Amino acid sequence: MAPLSAGSVFEVSEIQNEPVPAFSSGSTKRRRHFRIWRLVVLVLAGAYFLIPLYAGIKFSLQNSAGHFSLQAYDKLPSAPGFSAALTLSLKIAVATMVVSTLLMVPTAIYVHVRLPQLRRVLDVVTVLPIVIPPIVLIVGVLGAYPLWAKSSPYLLSFMYVILAMPFVYRSLDAGLGAIDLKTLTEASRSLGGNWLKTMWRVVLPNIRPALLSATVLTLALVFGEYTMASLDLWQTIPVWIVQFSISSDGNIQVAASMLGLVGTWILLVAVVSLDRSQSRRTRRRMLG
Amino acid sequence: MSNSEVAVSDPGTSVPGSETTTGHTSSLPRRVLRKAEPALAIAPFIIYTFLGLGVPSLAVVYYAFHANKGGWTWSNIHLVTHGIFLVGFENSIKLGLLSAIIPGILGVFLAYAIQTSNSNILRRLTSTGAGVLANFGGINLTFMFIATLGSTGILTYWLRDIGISLANFGFNLYTFSGVLFVYMYFQLPLMVLVVTPALGGLRQSWREAAENMGASSWSYWRYVGIPVLMPSILGGMLLLFGSAFAAYATAESLTLGVIALSPIQIGNFLNGNVIAGQTHVGYAIALGMLVILSITMIFYSLVRKRASKWLR
Repeated sequence: MAPLSAGSVFEVSEIQNEPVPAFSSGSTKRRRHFRIWRLVVLVLAGAYFLIPLYAGIKFSLQNSAGHFSLQAYDKLPSAPGFSAALTLSLKIAVATMVVSTLLMVPTAIYVHVRLPQLRRVLDVVTVLPIVIPPIVLIVGVLGAYPLWAKSSPYLLSFMYVILAMPFVYRSLDAGLGAIDLKTLTEASRSLGGNWLKTMWRVVLPNIRPALLSATVLTLALVFGEYTMASLDLWQTIPVWIVQFSISSDGNIQVAASMLGLVGTWILLVAVVSLDRSQSRRTRRRMLG
Repeated sequence: MSNSEVAVSDPGTSVPGSETTTGHTSSLPRRVLRKAEPALAIAPFIIYTFLGLGVPSLAVVYYAFHANKGGWTWSNIHLVTHGIFLVGFENSIKLGLLSAIIPGILGVFLAYAIQTSNSNILRRLTSTGAGVLANFGGINLTFMFIATLGSTGILTYWLRDIGISLANFGFNLYTFSGVLFVYMYFQLPLMVLVVTPALGGLRQSWREAAENMGASSWSYWRYVGIPVLMPSILGGMLLLFGSAFAAYATAESLTLGVIALSPIQIGNFLNGNVIAGQTHVGYAIALGMLVILSITMIFYSLVRKRASKWLR
C-alpha cells in the first residue's frame, strides 16, 4: 500500500478545519441542485465503505448456525497459534518503533536545526519506500542478506522502519516545522542546558503529538503488513489470519481482522483529538 | 546513533550565526570534528537507508541479469518479456490504469462533497478514516468483501431479493473485476487525501469573479476549476497507479494467487510454486516493476511541480 497517505492525514485535518463555503453567491435553484448532488455522492460513498464493514462485523458476530453470538471473540485468544503470532507481532512492533524513533528523531531535528538545505534531499529519500514496492524490496532483501539475518524476525523490524519512514518523517517534519526550533534550542543552550537536556526537556515535549501519531501509524503498519512477513516466512498476526483461515470456519479470523481495523481507527481518533485538546489548552494558557 | 549524539552534544559547536560561536579557541581535533559533524550526524540515516533500500534494489538488478548457476545473462529478461509474464505486466498495468482513473475521478467528487458539507463531524471522521482506509488492505479487506459480495454475502442476498444477479453483469469477486472493485476501498480514500489540499486552494474569489462576468457553473468548472485542479488530479492518479500496480496482499488473498499479476508472480517464485532453478526470473519481474514505477514517479514529480504553483 502507499504509506504516504497516512502521513498526510494530519495535513488534511488541518486544512479541513476551515470549511470552504461552496456557494455563497449563485441562485437558490443551483444551490438546491448542488445539495441533492452532494447527498447522492455521500450516500453512495457511505454505502460502499460501510456495507463491507457492517458485513464483516456481522459475520464475526455469528456462530456457525448463523445466530448472533460472541463466540468468535471469545475463542480468539485461545485459537491455536494466535498468542504466538501476537507475541511475535508485538516484539517486532516494539523493535520497529524503538529503532524508528532513535533513527528518525535525531536525524530530523539535526537537519532542521543545522542542515536545512538537506531537507529537500530527505524529502525525496523518504518517499522512495513508496516508489519501491514491498514485494520488490523483500525479494531483494532475501537475495542479498546472509542466512543469519534472514533467520531473525528482527529483519522484518529492520525493513518496517524503512516502510514506515515516509509517514514517520513527514509527521516529524510537520511537527518540527510548527515550532520555533532554533529559538528553543538557543534559549535552552544559553540557560546552560546541554544537548541531551535540550532534546529531552525542550524539543521532545514540543513535538510529542507528531511523535505519538508516527508511533500509532507504525504500530498499524506492523499489525497489517502481510507481503514481507509472509514471504520472509514469519507468522505475524496478518500471516496467521490467512494461514489459520484455510483450516477453520472463518469467523475467528474475521473477528481478529475487525478488532484490528476498529482498534487502529479508535487509536488514531484518540491521538488526533488528544493533540487537538492539548493545543487548545496551550493556547488558552497563553491567552490567559 | 552514537555518532550523531557525540557530534551534536559537543558544547563548542553551536547554531551557526548565533553569538556563542567562538571559533578561535578550538584546538585542531575539535576543528576537524566540527568539519565532520554534519556528515557524522547524518551518517546513521544514510547507512540505514542504503542497507534497507539500496542493497535490496541493487540485488534485484544484479540477480535479474544473472543465471541461477552464475554468470551474466539476458535470458531472465527475455523470459519475462514474453508469454505469461508479459501478460502479468499487461494485466498489472491495466489494473493500475483502471484503478487510477475510476477512483481518481470519483475521489475528486467525493472530496469536494465532503469538503463543502457543513458537518464538522463528517470532515473529522473522514480525515482520520481516510488515513486508516488508505493503508487498509490484504486479508482484512478480502474478508470484508467476501462477507459482502461472496456467494453468501449480505449484498449478494439483498440484490437477489430484488432480482439482480451480479454474475449476469460479468462480475466475479475472485477475478479481475472483483479485484478492481475491492481496490477502490483503499484507492478512493487515497485520492481524497491527495486532492483535498488542492480543493482547499480553489479561492472563493475566483468563483465570484467568474460569476460577475456571467459565467455559468459549467463554464466556471470548465475554464477555472478543472484547469487549476488538473495537475493535482493527474498527480493523484499517478500515485494511485503506483499503489494498485504494486499491491500484493489483497490480490493474493482474494484470488489465492492464481490471477496473472506481476506482484503475484514474484510471490509465486519466492514461495517455490514454480519449477526449481528459475528463481532469478522473479528478480527479472521485480526489475520490470521497478522500471515501470520509476517512469511513473518521474511523471509524478513533473506534474507535482506544476501542481504546487496553485497551492500556497
